[in-house]
Amino acid sequence: MLRPRIIPCLLVHEGGLVKTVRFKDPKYVGDPINAVKIFNEKEADELIVLDIDATATGSEPNFRLIAQFAAECRMPLCYGGGVKTAEQAKRIIGLGVEKVAISSAAIENPRLVAEIANEVGSQSVVVVIDAKKRLLGGHEAWTHNGKKNSSKSVIDVARQAAELGAGEIVVNSIDNDGLMSGYDLALARKVRDATRLPMSFLGGAGSLADIGKLIAECGVVGAAAGSLFVFKGTYRAVLISYPAQAQKEDLVHTNLAR
Amino acid sequence: MIKIVDYGLGNILAFQNMYKRLNVDVSVARTAGELADASRIILPGVGAFDHAMELLDASGMRGTLDDLVLNRRVPVLGVCVGMQILARGSDEGRLAGLGWIDGRVRGFASLKKDELLLPHMGWNDVHPLTSTPLFEGLRPEGRFYFLHSFFFECAREEDVAARTTYGIDFACAVHADNIYGVQFHPEKSHHFGTQLLKNFAEL
Repeated sequence: MLRPRIIPCLLVHEGGLVKTVRFKDPKYVGDPINAVKIFNEKEADELIVLDIDATATGSEPNFRLIAQFAAECRMPLCYGGGVKTAEQAKRIIGLGVEKVAISSAAIENPRLVAEIANEVGSQSVVVVIDAKKRLLGGHEAWTHNGKKNSSKSVIDVARQAAELGAGEIVVNSIDNDGLMSGYDLALARKVRDATRLPMSFLGGAGSLADIGKLIAECGVVGAAAGSLFVFKGTYRAVLISYPAQAQKEDLVHTNLAR
Repeated sequence: MIKIVDYGLGNILAFQNMYKRLNVDVSVARTAGELADASRIILPGVGAFDHAMELLDASGMRGTLDDLVLNRRVPVLGVCVGMQILARGSDEGRLAGLGWIDGRVRGFASLKKDELLLPHMGWNDVHPLTSTPLFEGLRPEGRFYFLHSFFFECAREEDVAARTTYGIDFACAVHADNIYGVQFHPEKSHHFGTQLLKNFAEL
């Protein structure tokens, strides 16, 4: 049986591992490579690494850092941050990364999705959509690490990405980021129903029960989380954690069966 | 020594790292000369079928590979698209495959199952069907990471070494004599993958 994926998402800022709240106030939580080593030991399903500086500052992807991640990572790795060309995506895949995530560039220049898919294959192209609630209902895709409103609807961006050959959509809720109060399940369901691509959701998970709710809502899905896997307790002490295999199996079977 | 064929596709580094942790000597072959003394061969690959065949043909290693595998019977393990090119051909492309295992690669999309998300992405159960030592310690099932939209359809049932269910039961591993192929990614499948790569080294 194909299982939902439970995915730690690591944010990199100025070379360190950070965690944000609503895309702001990055708090330093440790060394990113060390975190990868811990998730190796815990046998995480997959890992997403997002460099939150690269697009915002207009810089190239940090290929040296990516190579380090790829060398250390013993699980499938999705890397995003600053990818603007098919050439860069190809180089990243060549470093041993399974999937390249594009966000701002894919929304501003949708043809890039097709260009990258041609170079590295659809299965390795992930479109990340940073979603923010619109006052009058619905969600819009924001770019440049939550700083610019594209004014495009999240559903339209997801459908277009699917048509152009993306292999996966990751929806990141700006509103719920870092709050640890649960995923935006209504948004997740709407995007889930919009395409037949594998889908992952990020933003808001505060407990394994939240992940269970996402699985119950969307079925075989990627449940990604940042804070949940790096903080512990009310005072948000930094402690990297990840569910044990038995816990994961239990979570999946309980919620998929519903 | 185990040689990992580097023809420009696949995660060479991940295989090297896995074997380093197992204290097994491996090296990367980029030329026919570097490949010549292989005692085991890993043929990785990601992306499209035709692209893989074009790059393999252009690598200058094709002749040596044929000789090692078909005449000298050196064990070879094709991974992902490296497995698919063991077939005669693929619905994904027009080029002929290596044809070492009788079969053809088909698309999940052709099954017309609307409920199927594509690509097949994530961790799924692998059920070995034969007694091949490649799956030692992985019975009755192992769990491996998949990322693909096409699957191998064997012409001979006895070549199917393991099955996985996604929409249909498909051959996620093939085996005939010294030739092995796996659709999933052992190099990214934690202890299950480590076990399989260890088994391959010890065949």
